[in-house]
Amino acid sequence: MVNMNVSLSGLRLDNPVIPASGTFGYGKEYAELYDINILGSLSFKGTTRESRFGNPQPRIAECSQGMINSVGLQNPGLEAVIEKELPDLAKIYGKPVIANVSGFSLEEYAECAKAMDDQEQVGIIEVNVSCPNVNHGGMAFGVLPESAAEVTRAVKKVTKKPIYIKLSPNVTDIASIARACEEAGADGLSLINTLLGMRIDIKKRQPVIANQMGGFSGPAIFPVALRMVYQVAKAVKIPIIGMGGISSAEDVIEMMMAGATAVQVGAANLVNPYACKEIIEALPKTMEELGIENLEDIIGCVNKISKQ
Amino acid sequence: MKNNRYIVVSNKELAPDMWEMKLEGDVSEISAPGQFINIKLEGCYLRRPISICDWDDRSLTIIYKVVGKGTKAMAGYQPGKKLEILCPLGNGYDLSAISEAPVLAGGGAGVPPMYGLAKALIAQGKQPKVILGFNTKTEVFYEAEFKALGADVTVTTGDGSYGTKGFVTDGFEPADYGCACGPEPMLRAVAGKVKDGQFSFEARMGCGFGGCMGCSCETKYGYKRICKEGPVLRKEEIIW
Repeated sequence: MVNMNVSLSGLRLDNPVIPASGTFGYGKEYAELYDINILGSLSFKGTTRESRFGNPQPRIAECSQGMINSVGLQNPGLEAVIEKELPDLAKIYGKPVIANVSGFSLEEYAECAKAMDDQEQVGIIEVNVSCPNVNHGGMAFGVLPESAAEVTRAVKKVTKKPIYIKLSPNVTDIASIARACEEAGADGLSLINTLLGMRIDIKKRQPVIANQMGGFSGPAIFPVALRMVYQVAKAVKIPIIGMGGISSAEDVIEMMMAGATAVQVGAANLVNPYACKEIIEALPKTMEELGIENLEDIIGCVNKISKQ
Repeated sequence: MKNNRYIVVSNKELAPDMWEMKLEGDVSEISAPGQFINIKLEGCYLRRPISICDWDDRSLTIIYKVVGKGTKAMAGYQPGKKLEILCPLGNGYDLSAISEAPVLAGGGAGVPPMYGLAKALIAQGKQPKVILGFNTKTEVFYEAEFKALGADVTVTTGDGSYGTKGFVTDGFEPADYGCACGPEPMLRAVAGKVKDGQFSFEARMGCGFGGCMGCSCETKYGYKRICKEGPVLRKEEIIW
């Protein structure tokens, strides 16, 4: 019998598989298909203080082995999420969830994080400083070590629960930003958010996405995500939730070997709504085949070897 | 919604780049005309959402226009080909809200869902007036099929090479109730000629089942996902 348990800042997960924020809503659509309580945890749709519609249509573009989205943090706003979405989510999912929050100012980040900190069902607060689809916020905070650290401090000041900062890959040196967050008190890191990408409709001679650019995700970005998790794992001591193109149990193991303690599955849910379920079900057999008894044993094993 | 395997029973070209595919598989959850399916294709990352044209107790028919890589691949599928499909998706038309003699307007690739709708309404004893709009004579398809249902059918072509010259709106007098599927300018024009109605919208979708918010639109009653709360919207809620 293999052991899939992992631990994120004291929060014990039955397995490391977590649907990524923005690809799983509040679980409702997926709960119609399978019992989502098998998930390690669930990072629900990113919350901002005010309700947001997001960006104009179209906001989806297909790519080879991936997709671009420019949804732009559509969500009903902090109050509605707490009053309506979280109680609804509690009815279909009994484990602690990850509250993904975004902001357009330090105050907004702090306010959203504080409100989520007060929610019993929230186990971890994931602070998104890396959304490529909103102006004057989101990614702007995540591209410099100083501003990422500022957000971390502002959020840490008003919360008790573990704070994970979700990092952008659209930077020159992700390790320096990771270190800045760690020094500012972050309990963990989530990476990577989507890569800034673009497609052009060559018949219309205009960008496919109304917002011109958007966030590229899917299997195509897995090697980039893996490399960044590897680099960050070498640079910090705090746990990492690795994500970016994960679509199979093998991908989960590879990402954990690079240094991730847990993983998030994003785009895969959209093309196969059973993706997380299939990955969780495939994990024990894949572990057995690879001679892994405890999944935690492989975390960062590649880093350990290269450090020797 | 279920994710199941379907078998291609037939796949034929009805008009240039307009193909009809019959698929056998689980159709038990289809509840209304106007719903759609989302097909997984080899070599494409995102699935392809296509409206349901017709269905019986063990198969369904879709009609799709070849516009890109995915639909081009579909046109090459032979009978016996197995496909993974999410079915059904979306709300579909609310038949109970539709009057006794509504106008049903379909434009080009928007014609297919009007067939299932006409069939369902006629089965209820209603008398739909069907307007099928195309650019030119060679593009016309399904006129005979609609007539075989017993519907009153008018065909319009933009260049006047067949039927009434003009747009679908040139094919009917102002009416109490209308249902339409087609390009958005057409939907808007139809909405301007009917007192009430239901309109089916297209969108670039990520998942097709409400998970990603990729296809959301703003309505008078808040944000709606074209794939989940749509694709059929009521006239009164649409912000044009």
